[in-house]
Amino acid sequence: MIPARRPAPGRRRALAAATALLAAASLPGARGAPPPPVSVRDAWIRGTVEGQTGSGAYLEITSREDAQLVGASAPFTDRVEVHEMREVDGRMTMRRIERLALPANTPVALDHDYHLMLIGLHQQLRVGQTLTLTLEILDAHGVRRAVAVQAPVRPLNTVVAAHPGQGR
Amino acid sequence: MNGAPDTRWRRAGALGVGMVALLAAATYYSANGLPRHWGARAATVFHARDVSAEGWGGGFTLSDAAGRPRSLADFRGKVVLLTFGYTHCPDACPTTLAKLAEVRRLLGPEARHVQGIFVTVDPERDTAPLLGRYVPSFDPSLIGLRGTEAQTDAAAQAYHAQYQITEYQGNIMVDHTTSTYVIDPEGKTRLVSPYDQTARALADDVLALLREG
Repeated sequence: MIPARRPAPGRRRALAAATALLAAASLPGARGAPPPPVSVRDAWIRGTVEGQTGSGAYLEITSREDAQLVGASAPFTDRVEVHEMREVDGRMTMRRIERLALPANTPVALDHDYHLMLIGLHQQLRVGQTLTLTLEILDAHGVRRAVAVQAPVRPLNTVVAAHPGQGR
Repeated sequence: MNGAPDTRWRRAGALGVGMVALLAAATYYSANGLPRHWGARAATVFHARDVSAEGWGGGFTLSDAAGRPRSLADFRGKVVLLTFGYTHCPDACPTTLAKLAEVRRLLGPEARHVQGIFVTVDPERDTAPLLGRYVPSFDPSLIGLRGTEAQTDAAAQAYHAQYQITEYQGNIMVDHTTSTYVIDPEGKTRLVSPYDQTARALADDVLALLREG
């Protein structure tokens, strides 16, 4: 596991990410616990133009048991937060939420009212890239589990199906 | 079977049904009034909220991505679709800008009489070069405008748009009005189209305004 020579900074970051993923993946096996109870589909990240340091990521999570989404991270951005968006009297407000309930066998969409906010992007997110997000899930036994998600980057102007402009 | 009485009976039946329908319609409309579009002099009925009588809007002084000063008078003769937002907005602003692009697409050749404008309420982070890349990425015709804090405040207040920038756990959070303001070719603020109104409905309203003139 220990590299023979000191990797370049860029490589070191990639290596750190890979190691983190490996650790996350090997954790349940090491404890003899079952794999993380969630499955994720339709994950995507909104692309950015150069100079933009924030964006959003969207996905649908289904947990086989009662669980909670308690955080997320990605190597290409300073922070990933779970946000709730609410429209009150024509004014849109967004707030970070500490945890999002994932009731057993109920798909929970993070596509509009809830989404992942990417803050402090290190790079422009270009259409065609596929990036890794790591979700932090608190399972029914109170164990924190990391779930890696591959998310393609879609165009900045992508409209979620249930949104205006697509005929609600 | 004799065909003639049967046909007569059917005619009588059809006439009866017709009379009942007419009677029902007459009863309904005498109670509820005629549909508004039947009256020749009735004002256009819009999908969006009509604020023509409110005296909203007026001039604003902001700058475009090239740093040129822009005011509402520059767009006289066009229907202006004005919206407020910020580029770090993950969802609402891209959705609104995509809708403005879709409205132009739906309008076809009439789109040349329409100008979409995005005013940033976060001018500190939304630099002119960033606005210049972000806004036209939805549609090359769309213009992004920014101003000083005072200019931004004045523009927002003129349209009764609200925004609030707060710092929360090291995050800059921007709450803002997501409506689109529809300004007629004379520069008068006519409609406020809510966030969840479809591109089709907004395009219909724009067309109605263009046909007024």
